[in-house]
Amino acid sequence: MSNKLRAAIIGPGNIGTDLLMKAMRSDWIEPVWMVGIEESEGIKRARDFGMKVSTSGVDGLVPYIEEDKIQIVFDATSAYVHEENSRKVNEKGAMMIDLTPAAIGPYCIPPVNLETLLGEGRKENVNMVTCGGQATIPMVAAVSRVQDVEYGEIVATVASKSVGPGTRKNIDEFTRTTAGAIEKIGGADKGKAIIIVNPAEPPLIMRDTVHCITKEAPDQEKITESIHAMVKEVQKYVPGYTLLNDPVFDGNRVTTFLEVEGLGDFLPKYSGNLDIMTAAALRTAEMYAEAMANGQLA
Amino acid sequence: MDLKGKKVILHDMCLRDGMHPKRHQISIDEMIDISTALDEAGVPLIEVTHGDGLGGASVNYGFPAARDEEYLDAVVPKLKNAKVSALLLPGIGTVDHLKMAADCGVSTIRVATHCTEADVSEQHIGLASQMGLDTVGFLMMAHMISAEELLEQALLMESYGANCIYCTDSAGYMMPSDVTERITLLRSKLKPETEIGFHGHHNLAMGVANSLAAVEAGAIRIDGSAAGLGAGAGNTPLEVFAAVLDRAGADTGVDIFKLMNVAEEKIVPLMDELVRVDRDSLTLGYAGVYSSFLLFAKRAGAKYGVPSQDILLEMARRKAIGGQEDLIEDVAMNMAKEK
Repeated sequence: MSNKLRAAIIGPGNIGTDLLMKAMRSDWIEPVWMVGIEESEGIKRARDFGMKVSTSGVDGLVPYIEEDKIQIVFDATSAYVHEENSRKVNEKGAMMIDLTPAAIGPYCIPPVNLETLLGEGRKENVNMVTCGGQATIPMVAAVSRVQDVEYGEIVATVASKSVGPGTRKNIDEFTRTTAGAIEKIGGADKGKAIIIVNPAEPPLIMRDTVHCITKEAPDQEKITESIHAMVKEVQKYVPGYTLLNDPVFDGNRVTTFLEVEGLGDFLPKYSGNLDIMTAAALRTAEMYAEAMANGQLA
Repeated sequence: MDLKGKKVILHDMCLRDGMHPKRHQISIDEMIDISTALDEAGVPLIEVTHGDGLGGASVNYGFPAARDEEYLDAVVPKLKNAKVSALLLPGIGTVDHLKMAADCGVSTIRVATHCTEADVSEQHIGLASQMGLDTVGFLMMAHMISAEELLEQALLMESYGANCIYCTDSAGYMMPSDVTERITLLRSKLKPETEIGFHGHHNLAMGVANSLAAVEAGAIRIDGSAAGLGAGAGNTPLEVFAAVLDRAGADTGVDIFKLMNVAEEKIVPLMDELVRVDRDSLTLGYAGVYSSFLLFAKRAGAKYGVPSQDILLEMARRKAIGGQEDLIEDVAMNMAKEK
């Protein structure tokens, strides 16, 4: 498969490792490098999978980007270091897919706006919003493509064990970034995001509730059809994305209930919130790879 | 019982926790009327916000009659002695809300997390403390973990800068011995200058007994609500607890007769339905369910034709925690299907 785009992953933690395992199965992406800042379990795992590794951060990768023809780099570290990582990688001509909440590039929710992004040509950096955003914004968009949504609100309930220290230290970043993307990508005039971290044992599978308030009375049939079609789109890369019950219509309120179960590659299945991030990031990379192979991107 | 001379700070909840039974519809005028009367009665601290704290205005929890900023702007300047606190739940509200509340002149920020998740409060507690606010860490649903586990979380909040830590019985599930055990351990292991507080719900009619146990074990701040206006069967009825403390010789600075008048003349007439221990609120306390689920379960029960009591029991079985109001309609729909 000469068409495969060669890739590097920065951040050998849980997310980076899960992404690596998914990427190794891809028809379009060939993971080559794993980048960490020290020897670690994650680096050892990556080495065992046959990856080249850096234990000196992105600077250990940069000299090899051109030589190893790395065209795509995923950043699964933190917002604090992302900007610097992105700049260094871009200088060497590789594209950055950002799994941190830094959001210096445009938001990308694959089934909603990836086609549009591809149509705009090559990007230096795209941002995967947040786990809650990946899970819920497709539903907001499914309503807003039928009729105007004046308010979109999402409630993401995630297992305590699936929320890492980075997210915990800056949980406002989750609520702000998700709310912003509900507006920008979901198409709601105003967005609000709520996250609940539940410690129950056994850990609960990620649950999401998506409330939309439509401007005019909702067209129930069209919206229901649009929601079901969107669920199928997400299921292409997250098979465990499930609509619970039928959408509820109550006046101008349209509510959908979702459960997101992960594939269980490296992360446990309950952490669908993390799985949907790695799956969406890989999906984004694959679509860019496909577009490049077809000569759609310079 | 002898609490002679012991100082207790009573913190009134009827304009925050009381927003739950009022579906967040207390008007600005009512807020001013009640808060000034509480001030007159000598209540030192009054909480004002949406029931789910700053930024709680939402489809999920309900849209209030006015914005948090409007309530705070209206109430704060009217008070002579009492100070105003605002509640903030990270994941719902953000530091932007916190700054807004500080600009409105609140003296106290209470940052609330589920009892096992204190580390989501670092940025909010840190900022409030840096801003010189009276900063409280509020550990909710504290019945779900042991005293030792609660202490671990309390120490985290203390390390972020909280000068007061609350053991919060959000489900009204605790017995006095549970309270004694938790408060005693917190008191012995937190810094001597860190204050300890207790927030009760009256679902098992234990609000007063639990609050008294808390004071005896070393808590100095106690939440209650005039006439008990609060989620579930309400909070600890503040006028009752003030009278009990007075009998025990404690020093609250509150005029208990004036406080009784506020409860009787201003709060009871405000109630849409009497806030009391009924079948549903008793179920909250019995099964350990978050108190503000009560009205949501009643509404979903009526809409889908399933008993609200069964919905609440299912919420307990699913180990739902504070904020998961969105699960209630889904649960009710499932139960209706299975019928």
